[in-house]
Amino acid sequence: MNRPLPPLPTAIALPGVKRHRRRGSSPALVAAALVVAGLALIPVGFVLWVLSQSSWETAASLVFRPRVGELVVATLLLQALAVPACIVLSLAFAWLTERTDLPLRWLWRALGVAPLAVPAFVQAYAWDGTFPLLRGLWPAVLVSVLAYFPLVYLPIVTQLRRLDPALEDVAATLGERPAQVFFTVVLPQLRLAICGGGLLIALHLLSEYGLYVLVRYDTLTVAIVNQFQAVYDGPAANLMGVVLFALTLLLLLLDKWSRGNRRYARVGAGVARPAPRFRLGRTWPFWLLVPLVTTALAVGLPLVTVVRWFWIGGSEAWHGAALTSATLQTAFYALLGAASVTLAALPIAWMSARAPGRLQSFIESIHYYTGALPGSIVALALVAITVRFALPLYQTVAAVIAAYALLFLPRAIIAIRSRLGQVPVELQQAAIALGKPPLTAAFIITLRLAAPGIAAGAALVAMGITTELTATLMLSPIGTDTLATEFWARTAEFDHVGAAPFALAMIILSVPLCVILHRQAMGVSGQ
Amino acid sequence: MTALSLEDISKSYGPTRAVSKINLQIAEGSRTAIVGPSGSGKTTLLRLVAGFEAPDAGKIHIDGLRIADASVGVPAHRRNVGIVMQEGALFPHLSLIDNIRFGIRKSKDSKAHALALMDLVELDRSMADRQPHQLSGGQQQRVALARALARQPRLMLLDEPFSALDAGLREQLRSATMRILAKAGVATLLVTHDQEEAISFADQLVVLRDGRLVQAGPPQELYRAPADPVTAAFLGQAIVLDAEIRGGRARCILGEVAVDGQQTSSSAAKILLRPEQLRVVPAAEGGTWRILTIEQLGPQAHVKVALENGGAETCLTFRAPNVDLPPAGSLVGLEISGRAYQFP
Repeated sequence: MNRPLPPLPTAIALPGVKRHRRRGSSPALVAAALVVAGLALIPVGFVLWVLSQSSWETAASLVFRPRVGELVVATLLLQALAVPACIVLSLAFAWLTERTDLPLRWLWRALGVAPLAVPAFVQAYAWDGTFPLLRGLWPAVLVSVLAYFPLVYLPIVTQLRRLDPALEDVAATLGERPAQVFFTVVLPQLRLAICGGGLLIALHLLSEYGLYVLVRYDTLTVAIVNQFQAVYDGPAANLMGVVLFALTLLLLLLDKWSRGNRRYARVGAGVARPAPRFRLGRTWPFWLLVPLVTTALAVGLPLVTVVRWFWIGGSEAWHGAALTSATLQTAFYALLGAASVTLAALPIAWMSARAPGRLQSFIESIHYYTGALPGSIVALALVAITVRFALPLYQTVAAVIAAYALLFLPRAIIAIRSRLGQVPVELQQAAIALGKPPLTAAFIITLRLAAPGIAAGAALVAMGITTELTATLMLSPIGTDTLATEFWARTAEFDHVGAAPFALAMIILSVPLCVILHRQAMGVSGQ
Repeated sequence: MTALSLEDISKSYGPTRAVSKINLQIAEGSRTAIVGPSGSGKTTLLRLVAGFEAPDAGKIHIDGLRIADASVGVPAHRRNVGIVMQEGALFPHLSLIDNIRFGIRKSKDSKAHALALMDLVELDRSMADRQPHQLSGGQQQRVALARALARQPRLMLLDEPFSALDAGLREQLRSATMRILAKAGVATLLVTHDQEEAISFADQLVVLRDGRLVQAGPPQELYRAPADPVTAAFLGQAIVLDAEIRGGRARCILGEVAVDGQQTSSSAAKILLRPEQLRVVPAAEGGTWRILTIEQLGPQAHVKVALENGGAETCLTFRAPNVDLPPAGSLVGLEISGRAYQFP
């Protein structure tokens, strides 16, 4: 207690003065964020360039023709059928797993997320292998719903779990029947979740390629990729890309309009009291059919099909060497892509968490909108630009990585931003007061503590890359064989057996994605 | 020598003036408390001294060295100013001893130094390898104090370090902190919104309001002779009365009382009495005050009285010791001890 303090071993240097930096982020950080935002605008620049390059006559002759009209109608028809179907199915599914006494709810909850482990084109492959004669619009709608409904199921579940049951109790005391309570109290509060998830599905359907090729349903994206593969960098594909761009904008506007201006009171991350469960009574076997049939088709069918082909193929179809090489190449792209995308996401994520302002929200909205663009447009833009301005980059790994960055930046930004925001700014200031220069303090304290979020963001990107098909097909250097492109090459030759190992590998590699998303939706804090 | 001096310091955030023309000196080894309601600019002042903000005008000196003015400043990490924040701000990924060593990690004796600091802040050496989440709030603040003392700072800043603790622990840690800082001999600046804490902690009390320095001086002096009625009420319960001053005595509704302060003859002066100067005495006959209500607070009671034949404007409310208080409705007398203070 009375021991004297030993003398301080190191003398503290005398201060040197510096000019004050007024409030705001460091200029280098802002510059980095602006450069990334500039790259994200490449596809928009491409669209403007295509519009300025083509004369009105050529544009009109390429765009206003019956074929393009048919494709637009087919694309919109698919949206109009599949998106509402996804929403209705997800609402029923979520209500059954969250608000009723349905048996085995934990299992259905997990299986409700599981379809995300099966890439959409693998879904279609399973469908095509099982019902080879069912093709066209209705199979396209069905497989789209099976592949993508979890994207709206997840936000609905998250929101249902956050709702304050007191509101429902109040409605019940005001004399509303349970069904009425659901429609008048619960459903309006799910509006944002439904809009957000619905938009996400609509954007995926717009950019999906493999699924619709396999069920023989021509959408705009299918036509663009086919046209591109026939004539690289031709005006026809580019102009259809502009039409697709317009459809994307239309969806984003529709979403903005449907969200409305009404505010819903936000409640805390969790509610102490669980919501009451609706008793299904003797009708439960009937209700059980909803999750049972859905997951049997969305998870069971692809798994059984893939395993069956795999089994039939035996050791001859194993393609050990090809599988190893494809897995390694996929890992290479996934790791390089995840690292680059995470690095590119850091400046803007840092600004959002630490110095929000007008410039930051402007840059974020750029990423939000460009991140919604289909992979085919991104690929068209990168090909057009590399061919004209940076030929050495044409068909290189760098171009593929750039495409992944454009496609997956938003999810990395969101994951990193929320985690950075959770690190108290006081910790970094404490480190600075203890003599660490600001940059050092940022690295050893803030980034160190946000590492789990950064890793989660990187993992989400890596898994997205593992199953990315469209842009990889359009951009990758000759000789590239990723799991997705190998799978695709074999299905194109109707080699179902040969494709099975690659499908299985992609499914296995996507399982962690489902686990992460499931934990987020169920409100388990991911450490 | 002054450990810290602020000269005409001003700082605005956009159109809002956070602090305006603050002048302040802190003597070596002394303890100063800045007290003010939220939004008074006290935290801004602390951040300016720490170097997390830059002043728009004015100069800051530490140990006679100018560390900031309107255009240039020493970066925060080179000021060697210790800081303890509201909730400790311990690094959650480092053990207790690594938190304490954080600022001196490069030196080879840092471990011995950190252990000696643990003794100083009265933490058992066996806790060295605990993680911050295994410590109580009070222990966390002791670690934060040790961590800030490790670099032998020229000045210690405490940003409401006790406010997150519960009442009993708060007082205990406050007196321990005073003891530790005295032993370390470092000049300290405490920021708090709790006037009781400020009065008991400081040699010098500084009252801020709306970004301006209202008054600075020894705490007892400010309590007894505050600059204005608002400051008086902020530093403790105040009974402010209209009075007529004549020859060093004030005539008010409580009768006649000797005054300190201005002592200028005036027919419309304001005087201050503290509740501890008032005593409720049972009146046999002809008591002039009637007790309207008594609100129990335990050891004390809020007593509301009014003149028997005066109106509502003669109403007074004050805290009185809860001993032999006559029941509500009784007629009583009020005795004054000590002197009243005349506001300038």
